[in-house]
Amino acid sequence: MRLGKVVGTVVATQKDPKLTGNKLLVIREMQLDGSLKEDFSVAVDTVGAGVGECVLVCAGSSARLARNLQDCPVDAAVIGIVDTVEHDGKVVFKK
Amino acid sequence: MELGRVVGKVVCTVKDPKLHGIRLLLVEPLNHRLQAVAAPFVAADSVGAGRGEIVYYETAREAPFAFPTVQPPIDAAIIGIVDTVQ
Repeated sequence: MRLGKVVGTVVATQKDPKLTGNKLLVIREMQLDGSLKEDFSVAVDTVGAGVGECVLVCAGSSARLARNLQDCPVDAAVIGIVDTVEHDGKVVFKK
Repeated sequence: MELGRVVGKVVCTVKDPKLHGIRLLLVEPLNHRLQAVAAPFVAADSVGAGRGEIVYYETAREAPFAFPTVQPPIDAAIIGIVDTVQ
């Protein structure tokens, strides 16, 4: 899984019917020094994450194992809101 | 599967219900000389690995099978602690 920061939301009225009711978040991958990578991705939110929060993103077909995404056309899901990240014994991120 | 080194951990209180009780560790991918080759990522720990240990992990669709009864939404799982690499 990758650490990411929620930087926005996506609203799509015209979309696959199975995606109805799912919140779409814009995620930029977060590096351990807190900086954000250039590229971003869109992930389905399953834990109620808000903009600005650091989240854990599961990518690939395993994302469909998240809550009520069983047969949704989804390849990225936010599966957790990060409280702390410890790297080499030091807390590098704290909510 | 690939080699990695455990370099930290991630704590999430709010998470997918299937992830409860599963430790989330920061793993640094290694090459055959045990040198870091990419930035650390987060993997679910199924064997009780500690910080600094050399492990091997699997990614993508096979990762949830490390927890067969639960099948959590994960795309990386530590499935072994390495004793020696020859």
